[in-house]
Parts: sequence; C-alpha cells; structure tokens
Amino acid sequence: MYREAALNKFEPEKRNILYILHELQDLNPQHYVAKEDIEAVADYLNVPYSFVHGVATFYTMFSLTPRGRHIIRLCDSPPCHLMGSTSTLDHIRNKLGIEVGQTTPDGAFTLELASCLGVCGIAPAIMINEEMFGKLTPERLDAILDERRNSI
Amino acid sequence: MKTIKVGLGTCGVSAGGEKTYEAIKDEIEKQNIQVMLRETGCNGMCYREPLMEVIDEQNHAFVYGEVTPEKAKRIMTEHILAGKPVSEWIVQSGVPSEDDSFFKKQNRIVLRNCGIIDPNSIDEYIAAGGYQAIQKVLREYTPEDVIDVITRSGLRGRGGGGFLSGVKWKFCRQAEGRKKYIICNADEGDPGAFMDRSTLESDPHSVLEGMMICAYAIGAEDGYIYCRAEYPKAVQRLKDSIRRALGKGFLGKNIFGSNVNFSIKIKEGAGAFVCGEETALIASIEGKRGMPRFRPPFPANKGLWGKPTNINNVETFANVAWIIMNGPEAFAAMGTENSKGTKVFALSGKVARGGLAEVPMGITINEIVYDIGGGIKDGKKFKAVQMGGPSGGSIPASMGDLQIDYQQINKTGAIMGSGGLVVMDETTCMVDMAKFFLRFTQDESCGKCTFCRIGTKRMLEILERITDGNGREGDVELLRDLASQIRNNTICGLGQTAPNPVLTTLKYFPEEYEAHIRDKKCPAHSCSALVTYAIKADACKGCMACAKACPAEAIKGEKKKPHEIDPEKCVKCGKCFETCKFGAVIKD
Ligand SMILES: Cc1cc2nc3c(=O)[nH]c(=O)nc-3n(C[C@H](O)[C@H](O)[C@H](O)COP(=O)(O)O)c2cc1C
Ligand code: SF4
Ligand code: SF4
Ligand code: SF4
Ligand code: FES
Ligand code: FES
Repeated sequence: MYREAALNKFEPEKRNILYILHELQDLNPQHYVAKEDIEAVADYLNVPYSFVHGVATFYTMFSLTPRGRHIIRLCDSPPCHLMGSTSTLDHIRNKLGIEVGQTTPDGAFTLELASCLGVCGIAPAIMINEEMFGKLTPERLDAILDERRNSI
Repeated sequence: MKTIKVGLGTCGVSAGGEKTYEAIKDEIEKQNIQVMLRETGCNGMCYREPLMEVIDEQNHAFVYGEVTPEKAKRIMTEHILAGKPVSEWIVQSGVPSEDDSFFKKQNRIVLRNCGIIDPNSIDEYIAAGGYQAIQKVLREYTPEDVIDVITRSGLRGRGGGGFLSGVKWKFCRQAEGRKKYIICNADEGDPGAFMDRSTLESDPHSVLEGMMICAYAIGAEDGYIYCRAEYPKAVQRLKDSIRRALGKGFLGKNIFGSNVNFSIKIKEGAGAFVCGEETALIASIEGKRGMPRFRPPFPANKGLWGKPTNINNVETFANVAWIIMNGPEAFAAMGTENSKGTKVFALSGKVARGGLAEVPMGITINEIVYDIGGGIKDGKKFKAVQMGGPSGGSIPASMGDLQIDYQQINKTGAIMGSGGLVVMDETTCMVDMAKFFLRFTQDESCGKCTFCRIGTKRMLEILERITDGNGREGDVELLRDLASQIRNNTICGLGQTAPNPVLTTLKYFPEEYEAHIRDKKCPAHSCSALVTYAIKADACKGCMACAKACPAEAIKGEKKKPHEIDPEKCVKCGKCFETCKFGAVIKD
C-alpha cells in the first residue's frame, strides 16, 4: 500500500508533516490528500486529526478533493494579469469546458489558479504538474494541452 | 573545439529551451559534430529565451536569442560547421547589437556566474573562484572579523526589510545559547520577483557559500533553506549541489579540513505566500500552519525550536562571498549614502525587455525602464512602475528620475521590497492594478488578524464596485480610513503593507478614481464595464469583418455601408476593436 510506504520514508516527527503530505498527494492516483491520508498521518505522528487537517488546508498546494492527471495552475498575479492572463484563462476554460476548480470528465485536466509562479519575465504563465510554460499564445496553449491530453 | 551553451533555467525551459537543446544534441549525433554541449542557467534576458551561446576556438562568444529547434539547426550548419555566424539572430557578441544596452549599466555580483557556468558542476563554480571566500574566512578570520567585514560593507537584507546584515548577524552571534540556526529564505513569492529562483537555479553554490560564511560567523552548525514548492528546479539544484559539496567535504563535519561543522537541509513550502515572513517560515519548518507571530522576541533570540536563528534572503547570501574576496570597501564604493552595493531587479509587465538586471543602487527608474528595459512594448507610453510587489506601490512615470535606494523609494510610499519592477503603460488602469494587488494580499492573508482578514476584504469590495461602475461618493475616504486601520492593527508585514498599492495610486492618480466613481469612465479604457464601443460612420468601409467577429451579433450593417453597434446587445468583448483594420471602431 502506497500510504504506508510514503509514511515510512520519514521519521514520525511533526516537522516532517509537509514532506509526508506532499508525498501522499503525489502518490495518490487522484493527486489529492484523502480523508484516509489525513487519518493515517495523524496516527503516524500521534497528533489530532484536526491538526493535520489544519495544516493540509492552510497550504494551497494540497487538495482535499480528487484531481485529474494534469494539474494546470494558471498564474493570475498582477504581472501576468497585465500581460493577458485573463484571455489565457478564457481560452483554457473554453477549450477544456471546465471552470476553475473543476476536472475534465476524462480525468485528464484539473484547472486551478495560482499566485506568481516566478517567471513574470515571460508572462503569461502556467504550470502543468512540475513543468512551467510561458509566453503563452492561443496556438502555443493548444499545442501544449493537446500534447498532454494523451500522455499519462 | 567550439562550445555550445543552452540556457535551461526555468525561464528558458518554459520558453521551449529543452526542445532546442534536444535538437542541438540530435544534430551533433546525426552529423557527428565535434563540439562541447553544455547546460547553463539564466543570463537574465528572459525576453530572448530560449538562448543559445556559441563560444568559438578564439574564445569569442555569440549569444543567439529566441532559438527554436529549426533556428538551432541552421546555427549548427552555418556557425558550428561552416564557421559563419548567423548574424540576424545574434543578440550579444563582440559586434554592437541593439541588445547591448541591456548589459551596459549592469554590474554583476549576485549574478556573477549566472548564465556563464554550468550550475550542475561544482568544479565550474570553483574554477570561477568559488569556495575561496569560505576558505579564507576559516583560515584568517575570527567570527567577529567576518561580522565586521559584512557590517562595513553596508550590505542590507535583500528580502524586503533592508535591515543591515552585519548588525543582524551580530545580534544572533551575541544571543544566549549554544545551539543556533541559520535559515536561507527562498520562499520568493512577491508577484514580479524572480531573482531568487534564477540565482538558485543558475548559481546554487554561491548561496551555499554565503550560508557557510554566515554559519561560521554566528556559530551555527545547522542551516535550512526554505524554498517554495513552486520552484521544483531550484529545489533539485539545491539538493544536487548540497550532495556535491558534501562529497568534497565542503559541508558536514570539519568543513574544508577545519574544526567547523556545518550541514544544510532543504525544506519545501506548500503554497503559502505568508510563509516568506520569518516567524511564519519558522512555524512552517516546525511542522505547523505557517502563521506569523508577534515580534519581539525576534528570531535572533528566539527562532527555530526556540533557539537563536539568523534568517537571510537568497540574494543577501549570494553577495557574501564576493564581499569577503573583494573587501567591504569595494562593495560600499557602489551605491548611495544609505544603500550600498548592487541590487537585482526583475523587470516584468509592459516593458520591452522583461528579465533580470543587476545594477548599482542609485540608478534611476528611467535608466532601468528605458536603457535596460528598452522602453515600453509596442511604442506605448510609460505610465507607472509598481515597486515592491503587493507590499509596495506605484510610482508615476513623472518621477522617473528618482534614484533607487531604500530611502528614496520609501519616500514615495512604495518600498524596495525584493526588487520586482512591474511596468505599466497608458493602457493600464491604476484602479484595476491596485485591485489586483489587493486581491493577492487578501487571498494570501493567514486570517489571524481581523483587520487583515476582513479589512482587506472590505477594501477589495469597494475597489470591485468602483471598477464595475458602481462606485459611490465617499468611497475614496472609506478606502483611506480602512487603510489606516489595517496598517495599525495587524501583526505582520503582509497586513501592515497591504494598503500600499491603493494608497499610492490614490496619491499619484486620484483623477482615475474620480473618473471611475463620478463619470463612470475608465480613462485607460481597461475596465470593461465602463468602456463603450461605437463605429465611426465616416471611417467605416463596410467590410463586415467586425460583424463576423462579434460573438453577440451586436453589429449590423450592409456590405460597403457604415456599420452600427447595438449597445443593448454588446457584451464589450472588444473583438470588433481588435478586428477592424481601418480604425473605425472607437473605444471610450
Ligand atoms: C508577507 C511577507 C512575505 C515575505 N516573503 C519573503 C520572501 O519570500 N523572501 C525573503 O527573503 N523575505 C521575505 N520576507 C521578509 C522576511 O520576513 C525577512 O525579513 C527576510 O527573509 C530577512 O532576510 P534579509 O535580511 O536578508 O532580507 C517576507 C515578509 C513578509 C511580511
Ligand atoms: S497581518 Fe495578515 S497575514 Fe499577517 S499575521 Fe495578521 S492576518 Fe496573518
Ligand atoms: S465589443 Fe464585442 S460584443 Fe460589443 S460589438 Fe464589439 S464584438 Fe460585439
Ligand atoms: S471592421 Fe471596421 S471597417 Fe469593417 S465594417 Fe467593421 S467597423 Fe466597418
Ligand atoms: S506574475 Fe505570473 S509568473 Fe509572476
Ligand atoms: S532567463 Fe531565467 S530568469 Fe528569465
């Protein structure tokens, strides 16, 4: 079971909680922190469920609901906004037929908003899983999304 | 043999650098070309990414910009094989080019190796003079000497506060207790700032060396780097670099054969801007929710796990080795009375050249925007620059001759912050910009202080109704009132500075607020609710292009006859304005 393996990678110390949550979320086939994950972490670290839940909800990178294979995080901070992130968002919403926070029916994409991704010099920018993309145009976006839809 | 370097910092990769790299590698294999292919970090020209550099047998360097895989193939054939540089794509070489002014006023200390060395190679860092400073310190300096040198250099923290680093080190050195920590703050989250990411990706060892020197000065054996999880490449680079330094005995027990021990651990954040605040960062490392606490006590006395802790920013640490090697006087010789040395600025927004530039303190805003940034994109007019991100403010173009240092910038109501410069042009609505910065802070508030949580929300609601055309008399006064209450009733910098973007735009652009509230007009034609579209009958050729483009079927007219927009149907998408080739559609 991936859950046990993930936990055992780290000492049962409170300071490891972010590592553990990252690991569990990465290994979860639906890329989220499930209720069972929170329970397991609370047991492992010997802290209340509410503590783990509190930490998991505090940080925006943890999702408590299931997500798709490719998590699109669109930067909507001011520099990207200046460079047209609103049209980028519209294009993705139209193309994938989902709103922010939703997942496509085929489970390929989840769309989220993010704060500055640190590539403002090539705005507007998005991150898909661990990959960053900048200087986005509708054509570039189409190519990127099409390439990814079919990959695992 | 020639050498090829491809910039594979995150900027380079996200602009397509990896595909370029692969194409070059393919060519090399296919044609069996004798050439060295290396990876490097960022030279700061984000606007020209992907970048490819060719260094020939005579050691002449040619930097190519916007290199697609196709362009790379031609460069391989013509330059690498036939020895004939493809001049039209060269952005930097011995021959003058329009991009030269990007570098002319720069003076690189922090970025000294960025875009030059391979960040995956500790040997290249050493060959560039790296790890000399720490050895000199271990050999010749007492911890007090180090603190004295850093103090005399006048180095101030580059993370936002601008506190004198030497003084801070001294506090921590003198704090009671045997066990001490140092932390490198790599949680860079200010929208518009990306110098820390670039430095970590392009020259990670310079930061590690700065930390080693600091650890020695303070008497700490354990260091942490807290890096935001949105920077996977930087995290990977750091992990690899720490491993390499350990392998050489530069970290761990008895570093460089001395009796000093020092090790570094990496902690990743998980997407919370407020964790950049030092007490929140410490809470986050300890495994708690990253909430700031009231100071004092300061981390220098009571930090990580209650022990004396020194926190510095990435850029602050990256200056340290240079100061040791070149002396505090050389550093203090640059800059202004109260701000010494250089600062890395990140240029973004409507500037022609977005990127990273390191310049001596005291340079003017105009020099950065025009000489380095190449002016405004598409020939538009420069309107303002936001300095210091969401904690800072907008400085109008009319103050472009202002010399940038901590004091001068503070006087405007903005702050130096981490050095983000977001450039705005005549099409930017200042009320809308203030709204977006405030929305950022509102989103990122940790919720501990009522005025930060609720007050910013109220301010945001007011700004939203102003830009929606529902602003009321008295809204400006209400904004000011809320701003001063938030400022005075919050415990961390996030809340205390949150009103700055609103206050500075109110100060320098009051007429834009007036126009929105009183006349229901957006002078920059940016707030869609306040813009109206119409067709000038005498300019309209009746080409029907706009009618086809209109998603709301709001445009009627016969072929070759003037068209008309039905304001009732128009959804103000602006498609007609973009479509008309004859300038017949007017925005008001
Ligand atoms: C909301 C908030 C966010 C901050 N984010 C950062 C950051 O991302 N990086 C940083 O170095 N300092 C940040 N700071 C400043 C730190 O609290 C601290 O002053 C700094 O790391 C000290 O390093 P320095 O003296 O080298 O500047 C932030 C402060 C606040 C209030
Ligand atoms: S000012 Fe805002 S972010 Fe800072 S502690 Fe208070 S609520 Fe949290
Ligand atoms: S702004 Fe959009 S909806 Fe209005 S007339 Fe033009 S194209 Fe049609
Ligand atoms: S596109 Fe311009 S010229 Fe053509 S019909 Fe529309 S307004 Fe007239
Ligand atoms: S604002 Fe979008 S990457 Fe920085
Ligand atoms: S080129 Fe890497 S910072 Fe932009």
